[in-house]
Amino acid sequence: MNLAFGFPMGQQGGNAPELPGSLRAEPRLSRWLRFSADGTVTVTPGKVEIGQGILTALMQIAADELDLPVDRVRIAPASTPGSPNEGVTSGSLSIQESGTAVRHACAEARAIHLRIAAQRAGIAAEAVRVEDGVFLRPDGAAIGAYWLQAEDALLEVEARGDVPPKAAGARGVAGRSLPRLDLPDKVFGAPRYVHDLRLPAMLHARMVRPPARVATLLGLRDGPLPGDASVLHLGNLLAVVASEEWAADAAAARVAARATWDARGSLPDENGLPAWIEATPAQRTEVARHDNPAPPAVHSVSARFTRPYLAHGSIGPSCAVARWEGGAVEVWTHSQGIYNLRADLVTVLGVEAGQVTLRHVEGAGCYGHNGADDVALDAALVARAWPGRPVRVLWSRAEELAWSPHSPAAIAEIEAAVDAEGMLCRWRTVLRGNGHSSRPGRAKDPTLLSAAYLDPPFALPVAIDAPMAGGGGGQRNAVPPYRVPSLDVSMHRLLEMPIRSSALRGLGALLNVWATEATMDELAARSGQDPIAFRLRHLEDDPRAAAVLREVAAMCGWPGAPEGEGTGIGIAVARYKGTGGWCAVAAEVEAAEVVRCRRLWIAADLGEVINPDGAANQIEGGALQAVSIALKEAVHFDRLNVTSDSWDGYPVLRFSEVPAVELRLVGPRDAPPLGAGEPSLGPTIAAIAGGIHAALGIRPRAMPFTPDNLAAAME
Amino acid sequence: MEVAFTLNGAPVRVEAPEGMTLLHALRGPLGLSGPRFGCGAEACGCCYVTIDGEPRPSCALPAEAASGRMIGTVEGLGTPAAPHPLQAAFLAEQAGQCGYCLSGILVSAAALLARDPDPGEAAVRAALEPHLCRCGAQNRMIRAVLRAARAMRGAVAA
Repeated sequence: MNLAFGFPMGQQGGNAPELPGSLRAEPRLSRWLRFSADGTVTVTPGKVEIGQGILTALMQIAADELDLPVDRVRIAPASTPGSPNEGVTSGSLSIQESGTAVRHACAEARAIHLRIAAQRAGIAAEAVRVEDGVFLRPDGAAIGAYWLQAEDALLEVEARGDVPPKAAGARGVAGRSLPRLDLPDKVFGAPRYVHDLRLPAMLHARMVRPPARVATLLGLRDGPLPGDASVLHLGNLLAVVASEEWAADAAAARVAARATWDARGSLPDENGLPAWIEATPAQRTEVARHDNPAPPAVHSVSARFTRPYLAHGSIGPSCAVARWEGGAVEVWTHSQGIYNLRADLVTVLGVEAGQVTLRHVEGAGCYGHNGADDVALDAALVARAWPGRPVRVLWSRAEELAWSPHSPAAIAEIEAAVDAEGMLCRWRTVLRGNGHSSRPGRAKDPTLLSAAYLDPPFALPVAIDAPMAGGGGGQRNAVPPYRVPSLDVSMHRLLEMPIRSSALRGLGALLNVWATEATMDELAARSGQDPIAFRLRHLEDDPRAAAVLREVAAMCGWPGAPEGEGTGIGIAVARYKGTGGWCAVAAEVEAAEVVRCRRLWIAADLGEVINPDGAANQIEGGALQAVSIALKEAVHFDRLNVTSDSWDGYPVLRFSEVPAVELRLVGPRDAPPLGAGEPSLGPTIAAIAGGIHAALGIRPRAMPFTPDNLAAAME
Repeated sequence: MEVAFTLNGAPVRVEAPEGMTLLHALRGPLGLSGPRFGCGAEACGCCYVTIDGEPRPSCALPAEAASGRMIGTVEGLGTPAAPHPLQAAFLAEQAGQCGYCLSGILVSAAALLARDPDPGEAAVRAALEPHLCRCGAQNRMIRAVLRAARAMRGAVAA
């Protein structure tokens, strides 16, 4: 639970201090579900669909606890103020937080309804059973139904936390691979995304941004614009507005060509990025430390691992629609956290929270804090000039790749050693880089992009890192899972942020799992041990980590016959955040003129899985994104701005490069759910690095693992 | 200028000023939502349509270039009541996550199966190579296309 990191806790007043999941923040049952006389129940979670299938999983949970067929369960998209404030849909936490809340809220709602029906019928509540929403006496006679009591305001009470949900073995819907609710619209091309909203009298707008991060608008030459397009000045920003989309696009290109700017360099030298990271002022935090007596070191490894800035690269650029009416604004958005976004909109727009209504509508796949929040502000800013008219702002591909928040570049330095018995005796990790959160709603100043270009501008806060109790940011997965007597892990979060940094799927785990596992491989080799056996010797306190590692070893036939020169298998394991799902990956790598990942074997223990096919889809998707990150991705920039602003400049994995994937979900299904979105990324990157060593004898030291970076590692 | 073409089998006319792409026309005056904007540079595959049966990007093509042509979009493949075998197969395989790329991928896959009713995996990958899927559902999509091909061959045999 990310309670330690900006999750709203203040307004709770529940009877039970330890309510499960997000019920702690929003204990009133009516905030979570309501029955309708039409024979349906509507569940209103605060978490949002970002392509991960959460709505389907929440529907399954509700259907189970209420004893309803799934077609009677509706899941409402989140909105302010209609939904509980569940913070941000992030961190692989939605089943833990929202799923747990929905499960307990539904269990309590069922118990309340049954108790009332039983009282009216003069029988014991325990004697009542539910069939298709109808309450039946033991003799089969109906004594009521959810729908018949829908008007009774029975759920206008706070959760007590005293109704246990069904035991794992009694669930009939959760645990099954039901088809996703959202997919039919998507295969028939139906309007589903915020991009598809077509409100009456809607206008289309485009932003025209400066040619540099730091720039002043000097002037704009006059000239004709296509259609009915017009220009709007917003401080150091320009926007174009037209009633037809083609005209907005064409006008944006003309206005960009007619604007003159004073552009100033503010970005570091990309070729000297590690040196810049090391020279930039930073705040040091101790992540973990203990100093138990350690035997003398016999074999040691000292290595430095670097990673570049990364882009989210959603396939659909960020989009939002806004409409002002009488001093209040309504915004349709694909934000991951609508209440957090509302807080920053209130600051920038200078209005009260009650004047801002946000409605979540799906966007393209979201892999962290992308431009969704930023474009919501853009739409609100532009629409303010057109009261009563809905205004749709769609970002360009260049804005999406160059102006969205980026996952920050970083360095991990590790010194570790084994003793004469081949056991780890000391481990030291030092991390350096920008923070991984610029999410809105968490600081006095807004974090939304365009706020920094208004007149007067807002100073965007430098990105922060959540504490370890909230999952961490740059330090996520920096503490090795292996037992070691002497441990010292520290983080240096940079206090300057020339490239706006924020959360991307996996956060610090992308670098830290790789660095940790590469160090383990190297220590195993130095001390003459099999890398899996070496890991298992240090995982006696973590049997579920050992189990996924053994599983993946069996799946890939480890150690297997030696491959021909140029191919090899690497393996890695991690427990996401140290508190989430366990995942082990084996990667078969083929190294010719470039490195290819041909095959992945994945074993994951996610605890309870609501929808096994959905979880498998998420785990495999995360692994494939990690293949792309490991082998291809790096944000490029000059002193003015990010230059990798097209798919040519920022290539990602293509169909021809996608490895075959074999995946098994293992582990206890009656254990608490742990989330599926992110556990596979770190181990996939690390396994590919290990496979590269097996194939080429090179130990990669810089992501991505391109020929240039691998050649540098040989020197 | 006014442009006339055939859209999913039906004749349409649309006023196409200079600067209007085929994608603008399809999503604007023609009211479709299936063809999607992804990059505007023919580099991601979201906006694919068929032009006289050939899968092509529509995001940079002037609308007037469609004049007299047969344009096909995902909406023309099937409906929930009568899905194209590809749409049924993508649902059966749960081949998607966010789904933003699916309209273009289905159009390219349909063109492939029209040309080659029995493609191997390599041919499916090659046909879908212009399409980016950032969610990582490619393996499911490949399985779905092969599944649809089997279903369509079975239907022909029957």
